[in-house]
Formats: sequence, C-alpha cells, structure tokens
Amino acid sequence: MRYIRPLSIEDAVGELAKAVGPAAILAGGSDLLVRMKGGFIEPELIVDIKAISGLADITETADGFRIGAAVPCAVLGENKAVRKAWPGVVEAANLIGSKQVQGRCTITGNLCNASPAADSVPALVAAAAKAVVAGPSGKRTIAVESVPTGPGRTSLAKGEIIEAILLDKRPEHAGDAYLRFIPRTEMDIAVVSAGVNLTLDDKGAIKTARVALGAAAPTVLLVEEAGQVLVGSKLDEGTLERLAKICSGACRPIDDKRGTIEFRRKVAGVLAQRAAAIAYKRAGGK
Amino acid sequence: MAGVAVSTTINGDAVEYLCQPDETLLDVLRDRLGLTGAKEGCGTGDCGACSVIVDGRLVCSCLVLGAEAEGRKVETIEGMAHGDQLHPLQQKFLEHAALQCGICTPGFLIAAKDLLAKNPSPTEEEIRFGLAGNLCRCTGYDKIVRAVQDAAEVMKGA
Ligand SMILES: Cc1cc2nc3c(=O)[nH]c(=O)nc-3n(C[C@H](O)[C@H](O)[C@H](O)COP(=O)(O)OP(=O)(O)OC[C@H]3O[C@@H](n4cnc5c(N)ncnc54)[C@H](O)[C@@H]3O)c2cc1C
Ligand code: FES
Ligand code: FES
Repeated sequence: MRYIRPLSIEDAVGELAKAVGPAAILAGGSDLLVRMKGGFIEPELIVDIKAISGLADITETADGFRIGAAVPCAVLGENKAVRKAWPGVVEAANLIGSKQVQGRCTITGNLCNASPAADSVPALVAAAAKAVVAGPSGKRTIAVESVPTGPGRTSLAKGEIIEAILLDKRPEHAGDAYLRFIPRTEMDIAVVSAGVNLTLDDKGAIKTARVALGAAAPTVLLVEEAGQVLVGSKLDEGTLERLAKICSGACRPIDDKRGTIEFRRKVAGVLAQRAAAIAYKRAGGK
Repeated sequence: MAGVAVSTTINGDAVEYLCQPDETLLDVLRDRLGLTGAKEGCGTGDCGACSVIVDGRLVCSCLVLGAEAEGRKVETIEGMAHGDQLHPLQQKFLEHAALQCGICTPGFLIAAKDLLAKNPSPTEEEIRFGLAGNLCRCTGYDKIVRAVQDAAEVMKGA
C-alpha cells in the first residue's frame, strides 16, 4: 500500500486515474479508516487530499459559498457567514459524530460515503447544493443528489474527486433546517431525518421550497411534491398535514433494529413538519 | 510495504519516525514512540480513549494515519503536566475521584482540555455534550463532569 499527499488537484486526479489496484481518497478518514480496519476495503493507494491547495478553504464568492472538500465540519461550524446563511446545513454537518469526529469529518466525505443515513446530505440536497468534480477529462458541476446512487455507491468515475461543495448566496427571507431522530441524544446514526429549505415573499408566503429525507430510502430522497405543497402557503395546519402525508408516502424505508418501516414513515412526516416550521421561522415568517 | 518517513512535532518536541502507510497515529504513538498514554478502546472512533490534539483540533488518533502527522503539531496526554506540576484538570480528576480503572482518563483529560480552551465557562450540559465522544464504563460520568467544572473555575482564576 502507498500513501500520497499531492499538492495539486491535477496530481491527485492523475494518480487516481493511473492507479492499477483499488485506490481510495482520504479526507477526514472517519469512514475510510473504519472500513479499512474492518477489512471491507484494502486500498493499494491512499490519496490524502488535505494538502491540495484551496481544498481546506471556505470562500465566499459572488454566487455564494465554496466549501473545500478538506474542510472539517468543526471548521465549517465556526464559520459565521455560512452559519448565518445556511444554518440548516451547518447544524446537520455538526451533528456528525463527536467533537473528535468533527475535527476530521467533511461534508464531502459524508456525501461520498453514500450512506442513506448521512446527516449532512438531506440538508445539502434541500439547499440545492452542488458538487464541483475534478476528473481526468476536466471539471464538471453537478447537483449533490446525483452523487450517491445507492448505499456505499456513487456516480463518480475512476479518477474523479469532489473538489468543493457550492452553496448559493441567500436572498432575503430565506431559511433552512435539518432534524434527525435518534434514540440517544448524540453520537448515533439517524433512524430517519428531514431537511427543509424555504424562501418567502415579502408577505411571508412560501415562494420556493425543497424537502429532502434521509434514511428513508437507499439514497437521500428529494421529495419534490412536498416542496410544491408548501409553495404559496404560510405553513397553516392543513399544509403541514399534507406535507407529512406526502413525506410519509414518499419513504421507501427498511425494517431494521433501529426502526420499523411504519415508524420511519410516520417520523419522516413529523420531522419534515418540524423542520419546515424551523426553516419558516428562520426565514422571518410568522 | 514501503515505510513512510514522517517529521512531526509532539508535545513541542521535533520527532521523526518511519511507519507503515496504513498504521494509525495511535499505533505510532504507542508502539513506536513509547507514548502509551493514549489508549485503544475501540479503534473505530467511538470511545475517545485515543484522543489527541492535532493542530489545535481534537481527534481520535485511532482514525488518523501516522503518515498524516507530517508537519503537524500533535499534543498528547504526556505533554499535559509540566514536570511534577499537574494540569488543573489532572489535579481535579484526582480530587474528585473521577476515575476508576483509568483507561478512559487520558482521553477525557485531553478532550476536557480542548473543551475548556474553546469554552472556558461551559455549562454542565455543554460539558456533557462536549465529552460525548468519550466513553467511561466505570464512573457514571458525574464525577468527571464535576471535576471539569471545578477545573474550569480554577483555570479562570489563574
Ligand atoms: C464515531 C463516529 C460517529 C459518526 N457519526 C456520524 C453521524 O452522526 N452522522 C453521519 O452522517 N455520519 C457519521 N459518521 C460517519 C462519518 O464520520 C461521516 O460520514 C463523515 O462525514 C465522513 O467524512 P470524512 O471526511 O471523514 O470521510 P472519509 O472517511 O475520508 O471518506 C469517506 C468516503 O468518501 C470518499 N471521499 C472522501 N472525500 C472525497 C472527495 N473529495 N471526492 C471523492 N470521494 C471522496 C472516500 O474515499 C471514502 O470512500 C460517524 C463516524 C464515526 C467514526
Ligand atoms: S480507540 Fe479511538 S475512539 Fe476508541
Ligand atoms: S475509569 Fe474505567 S473506563 Fe472510565
């Protein structure tokens, strides 16, 4: 096995592209090293991306924010500007693991590990975040929801690395929120979760809405119908009931020791309602 | 497997070592450098017994590769006391009997040090939340929380 720490994205892509055996990208390692120790993967090449220039930075651009793929969630949580613009994304990212895990884990790693229960992913999908992918044939920018294709699987091709996650600049009257259900109060895997992102018009009616559910299907679910039902409303009782019904109906969950299908369906609806209420309040709605 | 040559700083001292590419920082500390304060409770990031601080960030050394320490500053439990002078947290852990078997203690001390560096006056809830990545099978946590509260008071006065 070889460990390398390239300084440029071109070198990293080049090394991955020409790797003969299994190769792995190392960001915070909080999934990768656990899987290596468990014997689930035996990479011949580990490409540590943390020294690549620009990857450890959060930059504010004319269009919004660019969060480098090597930014640990603890650092993201300390960034006041991102926290103010996208509190739901940041709270989701900060739910990952313990303080120790926060010091290492990244939202890009969370996305690329492709667990259906990944905490930051529903919030990123609700936020319409994009991923900048660098690969042997150049760069492309894709919607985050197109990255995971199933548990542990992504749409990334050999040699491709996500360089950064992009979040849009926020208009006035915008808010997002993320909630998960876990039986403990911390350090646990989401049984089911919901992310909601809203913008309001000047009168406080919802103008745009995106709702995403986690741990409710093999990949994160963007529930477009749930977003549509919110548009035009001020989150009255009837709308909230319809939202819950749509979310419960959209779930394709599994039965396991952490939750039954019935429980997950029910709680997905409840969390979507509660996250919507928080996002609405954050957007300035009353 | 070819070894990786690493130059790093541990508790203020320049240190060089050779390690295997898949060897964890915890294994390097314990097996190559004789720094056995950090413990392996789980090896999977769950228990915090292996906690160290790397470039000012609290991490589980069982989930860091030894090779990743190149050019970094690592702080371990061995650097916490100044000679015979215990750190206030160490002193308070003793006074409050915040340990029994002691396996979790180095990790708790490092995590508590990091917590107080970032938040010198934490509430009980903030302490419990901040130390949620450290597991203890013996004490029931209460004495640990009291010790950290008491140490925070002492450190503010200092
Ligand atoms: C104790 C503990 C508790 C945890 N709790 C939670 C939790 O509450 N919620 C949760 O969602 N997760 C949790 N996790 C899982 C893990 O911490 C997260 O998924 C984390 O975000 C992974 O980020 P990382 O940077 O550590 O990824 P890594 O382990 O470095 O990488 C993860 C995967 O993504 C790939 N990858 C990484 N970066 C890139 C990139 N830039 N481009 C392409 N591929 C890439 C890697 O090759 C690997 O396959 C926990 C893990 C531990 C050990
Ligand atoms: S040994 Fe590292 S967290 Fe348990
Ligand atoms: S004192 Fe024994 S595990 Fe904490």
